[in-house]
Order: sequence, then C-alpha cells, then structure tokens
Amino acid sequence: MIPAEFDYVRADSVDGALGALAEGGEDAKLLAGGHSLLPLMKLRLAVPTVLVDIGGLDELRGVERENGGWRVGALTTHATLQDTDELGVVARAASLIADQQVRNRGTIGGSLAHGDPASDLPGVLLAFDGSVTARSGGGEREIAAADLFQDYLTTSLGADEVITTVNMPALEGYGWGYEKFTRRAEDWAMVGVVALVKASGGGCEDVRIGLTHMGPTPLRATAAEDALRGGPLDAERIAAAAEHAADGTEPPGDANATPDYKRHLARVLTRRALESAAAGAA
Amino acid sequence: MTPYVGQAIRRKEDPRMISGRANYTDDISLPGMLHAAIVRSPEAHAAIVSIDKSAAEQRSGVVAVLTGEDMAPDFASGLPMAWDPPGVDINVPDHWPLKRGEVKHVGDPVAVVVAVDRYLAVDAAEDVIVEYDPKPVVVDPEAALEDGAPLVWEQFGTNKTHEWAVGGGDVAAALEAADVVVEQRVPNHRTSGAPIEPRAAIGEPRAESLTLYSTTQIPHIARLLLAGMLDMPEDKLRVIAPDVGGGFGAKLQVYGEEALVLALARRLGRAVKWTESRSEHMTTSHHGRDQIAYVTLGAKRDGTLTGLKVRIVADLGAYMQLLTPFIPELGFPVMGGCYRFDAIDVHFTGVFTNKMCTDAIRGAGRPEATYWIELTMDKLARELDMDPLELRRRNFIPKEEFPFETKLGIVYDSGDYHGSLDRLLENFDIEGFRREQAELREKGIHRGVGFSTWVEVCGLAPSRAVGPQGVGLQAAFWESAMVRVHPSGSATVYTGTSPHGQGLDTSFAQIAADRLGIDPENVDVLHGDTDQGPWGWGTYGSRSLSVGGEAVAKAAEKVQAKAKRICAALLEASPDDIELADGRFQVRGSPDKAKTMAEIAFAAHVPPQELPAEIEPGLEENSFYDPENFVFPFGAHACIVDVDVETGKVQVVRYVAVDDCGPAINPMLIDGQVHGGIVHAIGQALYEQIVYDEDGQLVTGTFVDYALPTAAEVPSFETDRTETPSPVNSLGVKGIGEAGTIAATPAVTAAVIDALQPFGVEWLDMPHTPMRVWNAIHGHGHGNGHGPPSLGEHGMGSAGSGPSSPDEGGAP
Ligand SMILES: Cc1cc2nc3c(=O)[nH]c(=O)nc-3n(C[C@H](O)[C@H](O)[C@H](O)COP(=O)(O)OP(=O)(O)OC[C@H]3O[C@@H](n4cnc5c(N)ncnc54)[C@H](O)[C@@H]3O)c2cc1C
Repeated sequence: MIPAEFDYVRADSVDGALGALAEGGEDAKLLAGGHSLLPLMKLRLAVPTVLVDIGGLDELRGVERENGGWRVGALTTHATLQDTDELGVVARAASLIADQQVRNRGTIGGSLAHGDPASDLPGVLLAFDGSVTARSGGGEREIAAADLFQDYLTTSLGADEVITTVNMPALEGYGWGYEKFTRRAEDWAMVGVVALVKASGGGCEDVRIGLTHMGPTPLRATAAEDALRGGPLDAERIAAAAEHAADGTEPPGDANATPDYKRHLARVLTRRALESAAAGAA
Repeated sequence: MTPYVGQAIRRKEDPRMISGRANYTDDISLPGMLHAAIVRSPEAHAAIVSIDKSAAEQRSGVVAVLTGEDMAPDFASGLPMAWDPPGVDINVPDHWPLKRGEVKHVGDPVAVVVAVDRYLAVDAAEDVIVEYDPKPVVVDPEAALEDGAPLVWEQFGTNKTHEWAVGGGDVAAALEAADVVVEQRVPNHRTSGAPIEPRAAIGEPRAESLTLYSTTQIPHIARLLLAGMLDMPEDKLRVIAPDVGGGFGAKLQVYGEEALVLALARRLGRAVKWTESRSEHMTTSHHGRDQIAYVTLGAKRDGTLTGLKVRIVADLGAYMQLLTPFIPELGFPVMGGCYRFDAIDVHFTGVFTNKMCTDAIRGAGRPEATYWIELTMDKLARELDMDPLELRRRNFIPKEEFPFETKLGIVYDSGDYHGSLDRLLENFDIEGFRREQAELREKGIHRGVGFSTWVEVCGLAPSRAVGPQGVGLQAAFWESAMVRVHPSGSATVYTGTSPHGQGLDTSFAQIAADRLGIDPENVDVLHGDTDQGPWGWGTYGSRSLSVGGEAVAKAAEKVQAKAKRICAALLEASPDDIELADGRFQVRGSPDKAKTMAEIAFAAHVPPQELPAEIEPGLEENSFYDPENFVFPFGAHACIVDVDVETGKVQVVRYVAVDDCGPAINPMLIDGQVHGGIVHAIGQALYEQIVYDEDGQLVTGTFVDYALPTAAEVPSFETDRTETPSPVNSLGVKGIGEAGTIAATPAVTAAVIDALQPFGVEWLDMPHTPMRVWNAIHGHGHGNGHGPPSLGEHGMGSAGSGPSSPDEGGAP
C-alpha cells in the first residue's frame, strides 16, 4: 500500500503541464483528483516515474452553458456536478459516485481519461454523444465519446494530451433515468444504465441508452434504442425494448456477477431507467 | 444522590478519539527508529528454493535483510498455540515468524527488510528475489479430508488437525424417539475482523530490556509468550498497548510480526517499527468462522425437541495460532441454544488448508452455533407446519428452572427467554406485519421477517472450567484490578483487561466512583501496560465487564472499607457505623459528622495524630477475581428485509432487538455494542466474505472486494432491554460486546427466506449477495451461484471489479 518512488511536478498552467509531460516521457502521468491513479500506485499496478499535478489549474474548473450545450472544465469535481441540478442526469450520476469524500476529490476529466468501464460518467458521456477537448504540444482536438473509450482502462488520448473540457449537448426536452446497481451504496456499478428519451405526441422521438460495466468500455444499447425509437412510448414497448438491452454484450464476470446475471440486470435496469426517462419526457 | 452505575454517561475516551488526540501505535515515533517491511509469499504452497537478498542489501538506507534461516537463532520457540485438551492429540506444525523451507499460504512471511524509512523498506522488499517451487494446493476443507488430497503438512500424513467431541444423553435414542427429524448442512463462511486500525508493532531496546508497543488486546499474555519465544525473563520485557482502534478478535493473538520487531530491536540495538497495510491485514491477520455444520434436529409432532446432533468441519488454515483449533469448540456450550433437549451430541473435525489461519473473530464459535440452531429450528417449524415462535416458546428453558444444567453439563446462570420474546413482540407487531406483508406481496414487494432467540456463553472465564484440567486451555482467566486513591481524593483504576473501543474507561470509572464516593470524572482508568498495575488476561470473549469490572468493584470495595476505618478514626466513631451516602462517608444517623473522600485520602497519605498506628498509610488495593461460572446473556431479535426479486438485492429495512445483559452499567454503551454487533452480523449475512480461489489466491484482498457494510446499508436500530441479573458476580452483569454478532446472522437469513416463501425458497447460504438470491428465486440451486469460475478481466486495479472467482470461500 505504498507507491513506488516517483517525482512530483505541480503545474501552474496547462502549457506548463504539457511541458512537464513531454519532459517526463513515457512514464509521466497527469494527476487530477488522484482517486483512480493513487490506488493503482499504492497497489503498485501503476508505477509512473513523474506525476504532473494539474490540481491547481483553476482555469480547468467550472460548468458553463454555451451554444446549446454544456462545457465542463476537466477538473470539475463530482461534488460540483452533483450540486449543479441543471445538469440533470449528469448531476444524478455524479451524486451516486462512491462517497462524498471521493466526490470532493474526483474529477470528470480524470474519470473519463481513466477509462474504467465500471465508472459512471463514461457511460453518461456516451449516451449524450458528448466529446472531450484535448490539448497537446501539437494543438487542440476534439474526441467524440464514441472514439474515446478504446478498451479496458484504455482511451485514445495520447500520453502527451490533457483533457481541458468536456462537451455535452444540453438535450433540452429529454427526460432521463439513471439506474446504478451496486451491493453497497458506495460501490462501483455492477451494471449501470443511463437512459435519455425525447417524446413527441405520445411517441418516442429519440432515445439513447448508455451501459456501464457491460464490456471493456461503456456501450450504447443500440438494439434497445432501435426497438423503442419512432413508435409509441408506453410501458409495453419500453418493456419489449428493454429486453434487447444486453444484445451482443460480453460483460466481464466476477464472483458477484456472472455475465448472464449482468445481462439480466441490464435488461431490468434499462426498463426502469426508460420508465423514469419516459415519465420525465412526457 | 443517584448512583453513577446505570447512567448513560458519555464516553470519557471520546474527546481524544474523535479529535485526533488518541495515541495509536503507528503514531509513536522513537529516536533513531527503523522500519520493517516483510517479503511475503505470493504462492499458496511452495518450497522456498532460494532467496537473493543482494539487490535489497545494496540500497542505501537498508540496514538489514534477514530470512527465516538467518533469524533461526533469534527464537527459542515458534508462535504459541494454547490449547492442549486432555486426551486429544492435535497436529501442531512449527510456526516461525519467518518461514524456513516452505510457505503454506499466500502472505506467509519469508524475509524482513529493515531500513531507515518505511518507503525505502517497502521498495527494498520488492528487490528481494525469492524462487519458489510450487506444490499442490488445497483450499476446500471437505476436499482436504478426502483420500489423495494434497497435504498441507506431509509429516502428519493427513490434513486433519484433530477431533473433539462432547455429548450428553443418548442422542441416537432421542432422534429415534422423534416424530420428525430435519437435517441440514449449514456453512458459516470465512470473514475478516477488519478493524479500522490495522496492526502495528514497535520493538524498542533499552539497556538489558525490550519494550513492545503493539495493537494488541492481550498485552500481558503477549509478554508472557513473547518472553518465552525470545528466551528472555518476563520482567525484561514490557508490553504496551496504546490506544487500539478496534480489534474484533483479530488482535487477540500473538503474531509473528510482534516477535520479529522485538528480535530485530535486540539484534540491531535500535527501535524497529512495522505497520500492517490493509492488504496485509486481509491476507495475514487471522480470519474467523469458516466452519461447515451438519445439523440433525429431532422433535415430537407437538414440537417438543428430543435430540440434536451436530457434526462440524472447521477450516483452520495452514498453521495453529494462539487459539486456532479451540475457536470452533467455543460454540459448544450454547449449541442447543435456549432450548431443552433430551440429548445433544457435538463432534468437531479440524482441517488444514492452504489459507490464513482462523482464530477468534467477534463471537468466535458462538455465532456459528447460534446460526445452526436458530435456522434449523426454523426449518423444523416449516416441517411441522408450526409457527417458528411457537416452536421456540414450547422448548424454551423456563425462567423458574435457572440455574439450568444442560445436557452438555453447562450451567446457564439465569434467563427469561419467554420474557425477552414477549418484549420483542411488544416492540414488533407480528400480526400487523403479516397483514402488511400480504398487501405488499400483492404489489410485488417482497418483505420478510426473521427471528433469532439467542443465548450466549461469555465472561471468559472460570479458570477451572476452561483451564488445563477443564477444556484444556493452558491458561487461567481471572481478572485483576488495582484502585489507587491519590492524596487529593481522585483515583486511578488499573485493569488487567485491555479495552480497544468498548468504553471501559467510562464504565469502570462509574463502577469505582460509586464505591469511592467521588465523581467518575475524577477516576482515570489505565490499562494496556505490563509495567503498570497487576497482571491481567486482556479483553475478548465479552469478559471485561463481568470479570474485569467485577475485579474493579472488589478492589474499590476494599478501598472503601479502609476509607471507612480511616474515617471512623478521624470522627472517633466505630468503622461499622460509617456509611457512604450522598458522596460522603458519614456516621449513620448523624449526617453532620462526615468526611469526604478527599479528606480521608489526605489523611491516608499524611496521617494525622488521631490515626491509629495499625492503619497502614496509603489508599490502594488490588483484587484478583476468578468467576465461578460463565455468564449467559440472551435476547430476541427480529430482522425485516425487502428483497427486490427482479435483481435479488436484499435491503434490511427494520431491525428490532431486545437484549438482556443484566443490570446496565451504562445503557448508552450497551446500545453502542449492540449496534456494532448487529452491523457486524449483517455484514456477514449480506456482504462480507473472504474468498480464496482454487489456487489459494486471496480474491478479496481490498475493501472494494471485501464488502464491509457502511451506515448507508443498515437501518436505524430499535433496541430494548430486559434485565435479568446474573447470580455469578456481584454486579449481576453479563457481556454484551459480541451479542449482536451472535444474534443477528440467523435473523437476517431467516428474513430473506421468509420474504421468498412465494418462490418456494427453503434454504439459502450466506452471504446473500444479489446474484445468489436471484439464482435461488429462479431455481438455479441454493443461491450458490452457477457455472464454473469465470475470471473477470478486471484485475485488482479495477476499481469496479468484484472478487474474480465464485469459490465459496472454502465453506461451500
Ligand atoms: C473508494 C472509491 C470509490 C469509487 N467509486 C466510484 C464510482 O462508484 N463510480 C465512479 O465513476 N468512480 C468511482 N471512483 C473513481 C473516482 O470517481 C475517480 O475520482 C475518478 O475515476 C478519477 O478522477 P480523478 O480526478 O481522481 O483522476 P486521477 O486519479 O487523478 O487520474 C486518473 C487517470 O486520468 C488521468 N487524468 C486525470 N486528469 C486528466 C486530464 N485532465 N487529462 C488527461 N488525463 C487525465 C491520470 O493521468 C490518470 O491516468 C471511486 C474511487 C474511489 C477511491
């Protein structure tokens, strides 16, 4: 439970952080809230030689409404998200992360960059079709959520890139539902489901369903979305659509949940999340 | 003035505990202190082929790297095991602080690195290269007993450690006479103590002597046994247990690391500290439970119980620690619960496996025994189609029959089992509940209730019963106290117990204050230092109050008697006429003639002319108290759960407890102990399990995988009490520290089974994880999971991963 030796640099600007990353090379790592990285270091499963602490960069903090969307600074904590009611399901998902101590430290940028499929915010970003803005010495680029999550704990971010902003469409008029299944309140999701539904005239105009911990990356339940989109938005069709929530998934199993059980949970939770979302959309 | 005993006085220890001013072992830093890190085996069973220390030794700041062979001269004997039952052979292997030749479980210590700081020591420990030759592994205790199973210890030719049996009455005849016989296999799985403070130890050399600071529950026992291991006179070793942040039995032990820091301090001439990491705690602090019982229970058609037969297989792990083989047997006195039988027969088989040793964890044998009898009673009730509470009532030992000698020769001191169940049902309206349950089921909400009417044996212990000529512990279990009144009239109580969260600083102060006529604020309670106060046996087995508290009362009464003699001399009265009333020593009938304790204490230390010469100066007395019997607290609990039958998730929604531990010394402390105990049991029933995979790798090595419940998982508890005094001690008290843990697991399990009656679920094995409950609902066996181990792709680093093997922790 003691990390291996490492050097520590406290960045005073994004450019400073980029410089330190470049200098540190392969084994340099950004440190934000530290609540994913430090546990791995303590177990010596991550052994960075340099930590570049971006925790002091206030310019990366804050939630803004811009051009019909949200721009959330990468260093914004789960606690801030949780307290920003206008964020809807994002606030709700953030409020269910771990416990308040973790939420006070953990950041949205760190959560997305870490790429743990059991974490809450990656699935939410995917359902929103959101993106991150990443900066490196070579400039800035925007990475769509669908391209960001590559594999278990693996993203398409370069080792020299810093996420500066997280972008999400506002999705005005969408109802939402969030179902996180855990053994204990503070646990990671055994399975999580985020549902976003837009209704018009009793029908389902649009639906997005994000799945947490149902594969090596967050997933969209596209078969269930397709089954619901375009027709009437009623309990029967929701239940029928939810039956497709786990189609094609290969979730990782463990002693608490076999893949079959997880697929079952995904169907139950999707139905529940869609019911809440439909109620909110009406 | 109302006595202090009985009042809900706030804990004296809390201000320092909750404001960060407590002094835990890891807080202690001594001049020139070195730090130790331990190289541990990643293999569950292997020969040590070679150990290459060179890279570690070359790091600057590393002072020593030592292996088991290197340290062989440091120890006269291995780690002690204290049970030697008359007429029974136990296979006891060597157990050195650092292993020589072979390792027997994951985490087995192989070498120690000592360096100038802890970080360096841990880094250097990674540089020690150990080559292992893996050997076959056995983790399932029942498989371990089969012919051809891999042997943990080849020299014994078997994995069986010992057998032990106890019985009374003719059980075959009793079961023959029964109209209905139910049989059930009941595992009680492996758990961890998981105190919030992990273990730590510091060895400090001083001239010819050594001091050990340790997170121990048993400083005096530790000194005695460690002095033997280190081949040094007991007086040259001082053991100090500073503030200890919880133990739950995990610190009722003499650990290799304690011996190691002392030996290192002696070798190196400098203080050496070792602090356990949480991963080490999960791996190498002893575990608890891990027993499988085969219970046979017989009754007449009208519900009258006839006979009880219990066959127990206990997984003891790879070595014998202090009480390892004895812990399962500790449940035997209450194997028959609160009920009357014609015959009881109990048989234990201990088994070696390639896992960490088991030993005492809160309740130690008695939670298992209670779990077996209570759940089998429920099963019998279903078989008889009888209300489970009616079945209990019909068989309770009636109040008038106490003291009651059971078929096993145990004398239950006092009890009123009907009374506590009646009180429970005053707090919990069972008819109303059944109506509500039916209505909720209509709406698809599955609520259930489970009961536990429990009795515990505690207050360890009458030395004659458990000592060498009794059940065979090589020890005695009296307790000591010293009460010293200072010249100004305040007092210090020294106790041989060693509290680590129980609140004894407060309750012992209350007991002494009433007898000394002073305020408990002015009574300081000291413990946990072998160089202060008399020898004592420590804190465990819910013994501190009923044995240690009684010793305090007796010592304080001796002081009171002397104070009366002094007072009588000062007032020129007869000592027999002096009474302690309203906090003053006064002449009976003339309250204006009185002295305070402060005046008397001053006279005791600075004697005035009128004190007769035969009164010795000073005001301090010792007492050693050995109880004549155990004490037997009891009660009745009801647990109410909701089961989400779509997912299998269980939520405890209400918990009602009636407990009886005799007259309350401090009702708030009782509530605290009961709350903690129930949470501990809810943890075992629903969340916590130590899981090893089939290769002997520990799967639940962190608090992500080992799921301790938090406040969010439990309801607000509803507690109530009845007070049936024990005739065993003058305070009338019984223990309460383990009660909740002993009582609650069967109540939780029974509640889940009750909720699932519409699905025909008759049995469930703990822990009731959502998947297992869901499987039970859907008929995939008894909720034991299904399919072969399917390893998650998440390693330990994944935050989100659960245990990666569905092995049932060796107690399937
Ligand atoms: C006990 C516990 C329980 C938890 N439970 C949950 C849970 O239920 N749900 C959940 O979602 N999470 C959970 N978490 C994780 C928590 O939310 C983390 O805070 C979060 O995943 C990572 O954020 P961080 O700011 O702490 O990142 P850090 O740990 O500092 O960094 C994580 C990774 O991201 C990289 N990184 C950080 N910031 C950036 C950036 N701006 N640009 C590029 N790379 C960056 C780091 O280099 C590192 O590789 C839990 C954590 C703990 C300790």
